[in-house]
Amino acid sequence: MTDTRQRSFEDNDQKPMGFGRMLRKEDPRFVRGRGRYTDDVQLPGMLHLAILRSPFAHARIVSVDTSAAAALPEVKAVITGADLAGLGLAWMPTLSGDVQAVLATDKVRFQGQEVAFVVATDRYAARDALELIDVEYDVLDPVIDVRQALAEGAPLIRDDLDGKTDNHCFDWETGDADATAAVFAKADVVVSQDLVYPRVHPAPMETCGSVADFDPVEGRLKLWSTTQAPHAHRTLYAMVAGIPEHKIQVISPDLGGGFGNKVPIYPGYVCSIVGSIVTGKPVKWMEDRSENLISTGFARDYIMRGEIAATRDGKILAIRTNVLADHGAFNGTAAPVKYPAGFFGVFTGSYDIEAAYCSMTAVYTNKAPGGVAYACSFRITEAVYLVERIVDCLAYELDMDPAALRLKNFIQPDQFPYMSKTGWEYDSGDYEPTMRLAMELAGYDELRKEQAEKRTRGELMGIGISFFTEAVGAGPRKHMDILGLGMADGCELRVHPTGKAVVRLSVQTQGQGHETTFAQIIAEEIGIAPADIDVVHGDTDNTPFGLGTYGSRSTPVSGAAAALVARKVRDKARLIASSMLEVSVADLEWEKGSFHVKGDPGTAVTIQDIAMRAHGAGDLPDGLEGGLEAQICYNPSNLTYPHGAYICVVDVDPGTAVVKVRRFIAVDDCGTRINPMIIEGQVHGGLTDGVGMALMEMISFDEDGNCLGASLMDYLIPTALEVPDWETGFTVTPSPHHPIGAKGVGESATVGSPPAIVNAVVDALKPYGVRHADMPLTPSRVWDAMRGTAQPPI
Amino acid sequence: MQVPAPFEYARATTVDEAVALMGRFGDTARLIAGGHSLLPMMKLRLANFDYLIDINDLHGELGFIAVEPGVVRIGALTRHRELLDSAELAGVFPIFRDAERVIADPVVRNRGTLGGSLCQADPSEDLSAVCTTLDASCVIRGPLGTRTVSMADFHRGPYETAVADGEILTEVRFPVRDRGGSAYSKVERRAGDWAVVSAGSAVWLDDGGRIADARVGLAAVGPNTTGIPEISATLRGEEPSDEVFARAGEIAARSCEPATDQRGSAEYKRHLAAELTVRTLRTAVARAARGEA
Ligand SMILES: Cc1cc2nc3c(=O)[nH]c(=O)nc-3n(C[C@H](O)[C@H](O)[C@H](O)COP(=O)(O)OP(=O)(O)OC[C@H]3O[C@@H](n4cnc5c(N)ncnc54)[C@H](O)[C@@H]3O)c2cc1C
Repeated sequence: MTDTRQRSFEDNDQKPMGFGRMLRKEDPRFVRGRGRYTDDVQLPGMLHLAILRSPFAHARIVSVDTSAAAALPEVKAVITGADLAGLGLAWMPTLSGDVQAVLATDKVRFQGQEVAFVVATDRYAARDALELIDVEYDVLDPVIDVRQALAEGAPLIRDDLDGKTDNHCFDWETGDADATAAVFAKADVVVSQDLVYPRVHPAPMETCGSVADFDPVEGRLKLWSTTQAPHAHRTLYAMVAGIPEHKIQVISPDLGGGFGNKVPIYPGYVCSIVGSIVTGKPVKWMEDRSENLISTGFARDYIMRGEIAATRDGKILAIRTNVLADHGAFNGTAAPVKYPAGFFGVFTGSYDIEAAYCSMTAVYTNKAPGGVAYACSFRITEAVYLVERIVDCLAYELDMDPAALRLKNFIQPDQFPYMSKTGWEYDSGDYEPTMRLAMELAGYDELRKEQAEKRTRGELMGIGISFFTEAVGAGPRKHMDILGLGMADGCELRVHPTGKAVVRLSVQTQGQGHETTFAQIIAEEIGIAPADIDVVHGDTDNTPFGLGTYGSRSTPVSGAAAALVARKVRDKARLIASSMLEVSVADLEWEKGSFHVKGDPGTAVTIQDIAMRAHGAGDLPDGLEGGLEAQICYNPSNLTYPHGAYICVVDVDPGTAVVKVRRFIAVDDCGTRINPMIIEGQVHGGLTDGVGMALMEMISFDEDGNCLGASLMDYLIPTALEVPDWETGFTVTPSPHHPIGAKGVGESATVGSPPAIVNAVVDALKPYGVRHADMPLTPSRVWDAMRGTAQPPI
Repeated sequence: MQVPAPFEYARATTVDEAVALMGRFGDTARLIAGGHSLLPMMKLRLANFDYLIDINDLHGELGFIAVEPGVVRIGALTRHRELLDSAELAGVFPIFRDAERVIADPVVRNRGTLGGSLCQADPSEDLSAVCTTLDASCVIRGPLGTRTVSMADFHRGPYETAVADGEILTEVRFPVRDRGGSAYSKVERRAGDWAVVSAGSAVWLDDGGRIADARVGLAAVGPNTTGIPEISATLRGEEPSDEVFARAGEIAARSCEPATDQRGSAEYKRHLAAELTVRTLRTAVARAARGEA
């Protein structure tokens, strides 16, 4: 099951009545420049907001003088932390139950933190006025090196928290420490490796922003904002700002990428609301690129020690890890409450082992808060990197082929559902065929031969493998909630009299193609063409409640909701069909789009006929209401566990240490495939992101806490020139508990690709005795690795 | 959207008018050519000027590539894109095409100019290294007339040039000598990124195939893109060989002053200075020997 690399336009547009390749319904508006983003919202009398940010990583605020700024004629309001404190709005809850300053009152705790804002008649005036605000700071020593955060005498960052005397954020553990220690004690081979997953940024093309329009007469707030979770945000605004929830409408229009960056609530959103309330006018806030990079949700920043225990012949027995997590100045991680480390617990990967244990310490530092999805997939990215890197370290020490080592240790198909040693129930999987397919596509044995031959000539070629299993699609709600909101999703389907339909979702697309995928799910279930189904999302007034799009959860959760709501509609349609055809329900047969009398395909009514009847003057079966619509709230019974096998081939220039990714083979198993073209697009994007993280991306800081990645000249993201022609393939292992067997795929490639690339580079450097090198593998870092002088990237 | 501080804007219609405007506003004014260095700094408010004088209408006067006997003259407003596309220029100095292939991206190359590149005087700037390698001289016009300075005198330090307030760079001149060859090479972290290190080499052979003269220019390894006279002295009269190139590389490595930064460690940059010097010398000699210039 391989995908040819070049597909014709026609081949990608097979006009399916359900699943299959079709062009994206949303693309005509995007490619014609007709997308409507938050920054496109223009309202009469709208004012513009700009935020003054801290130049220091850690400083006490002595005084803030806004008089000169307020005196400018274009300026309508200048608001400081003290002003917000007067309204009880200076602090707000974070997604992890910590608090975060909306505007700093006492101290600034990271460079770029919000200190004051100006509302003015235009964006330029607002920005110019910032220069006139005079803030006196008393600069404090910052905590930048995470390894020093808990050191004796380290500066205290969170003195706002009662009784806090150090920078400790939380401790967390999972697995069985004693059982794991026992297995390690008896193992033939133990390999230990320190690894850093650097702080990276999701860097969506569209930065964050909002337009707040508060109507003082009605007491109603309308907020356009860049959010991946409009409903969750609305509830939080109600809780923070005290505006009743039914008077708040959150609209997330087209999003120019999210990648988890648009899950948190940022101070800017709240400022725009306050600005509108204070001025009585609509207020727009739109971040610039530097603001986005320095102050909004980062991803990763885990310093890990991985340990693996095995027998001499390569049977993996146990995995243990200790993690130091840098959470920045406020714990703003987007993760379910009971999972402070997200789903890092799946670090045992795709292997059947005897024991596992993780202990983690999270700390505060003087850096931006965050810790977000994609970017993280609830920390599965870090987990997969850990296990796939440490397995390669083991292969190195055992002098074993890394493919053979993985094949020897996979969880076997008859072991599913598989309970991992850290308590995760893997729903389904069949790993070996996926791995074998990737090896076949790559021509693995040939590649190894080529590599051996090249090594004799001093050429550096590397082959890297990663095999990942993800856990996506949060809830179930009883285990997973964010600030008390259970992770479930609603869906509504309404079939109009003429047989066209509208489906309303609680999740919000950021480029994943929901308008197409969800129409296809409905089409598959009720036989209305995808083109005839409108998909509505991103507007809390017009969609049912649900927790939004991140962590690859849309298809596993909302996709299930869509399938089930369509089945509800179909059940009702069946009752109507039975009365139209005057046969009993049991005598009806469903064939996508119509019911016919069993054994008599000629006697049939289409879903369109039924829709008209449902709204018409004719009789309906006794007790049946008119209309053809249904609603559902889907609470998943488990996560879904997609998997994949990735193989990367790199060449390293021995003279310059420049890495070239020559080939990348990605075989994904995300269960049932709804629109293979969209899946490939998701995979291509994620792989590109993986190249970025493996080779160039990192938010670094100097010792004073200045962010060194404040523009896209400094924070590098990959371009088409850094990536090869992707080679993709797939296997299909449906999820047993998902109504259509689909698993999420949005983050698979981001999760799976970095270890494959790093493993390939390390493999290329084997002649130099290199067993590990940390990301980002810039030429300079690769050169250091070749000479054995590499330092961790912090 | 990043927004600059307020400024006044004028479009010059002749070089004389640009000079007059610059003379009037002095150091509160800046010329704007492609804008790809100036505007990002203004948007980040790292640079604030009261007046911008736009010279893009002067392309007729200042946008040209003239390959003449013994000299190539290139107008200051010639775009990266034009330098990349000119087969005539590549015929004389293939180093230009090598360099332009790795400078920025097509969007920047469509607007960015030779003059803007040299006047920005960023130590990582590639065209400055090319000009240094080719022993170029710069023609500067001011209220008192025109003067010509060598590349060595043109760059005064990082972001500082010999162009005084009220002056404008109009043209860059490159001497053409027989049996020459040239090449450029750059290591970058990503396409379109500034150089970690780049090197340019130009070599002229004598009738017997020995090196009559050679020049090497490096970027991103010190306060300015610099030529290295010691390499020229070492290579003159030598039979080209890997051993000789390696000697030049060693000189390059020890003569430069790189700093450790996000792009790489100083040590690595020294290593690259050597490596890229060797590589470009090798290519330049091969091109000279093949008569490819
Ligand atoms: C994303 C990006 C990537 C880049 N990558 C590279 C790279 O890899 N390598 C590289 O070398 N460069 C790179 N650059 C810089 C690019 O080449 C610039 O365009 C160029 O350096 C400046 O040319 P300009 O015409 O745009 O100058 P402008 O920005 O218009 O001007 C720059 C300075 O020169 C002055 N000036 C301009 N023309 C004259 C003149 N005729 N006389 C006197 N003063 C003048 C201006 O007043 C200003 O101070 C990059 C730029 C960007 C935005």
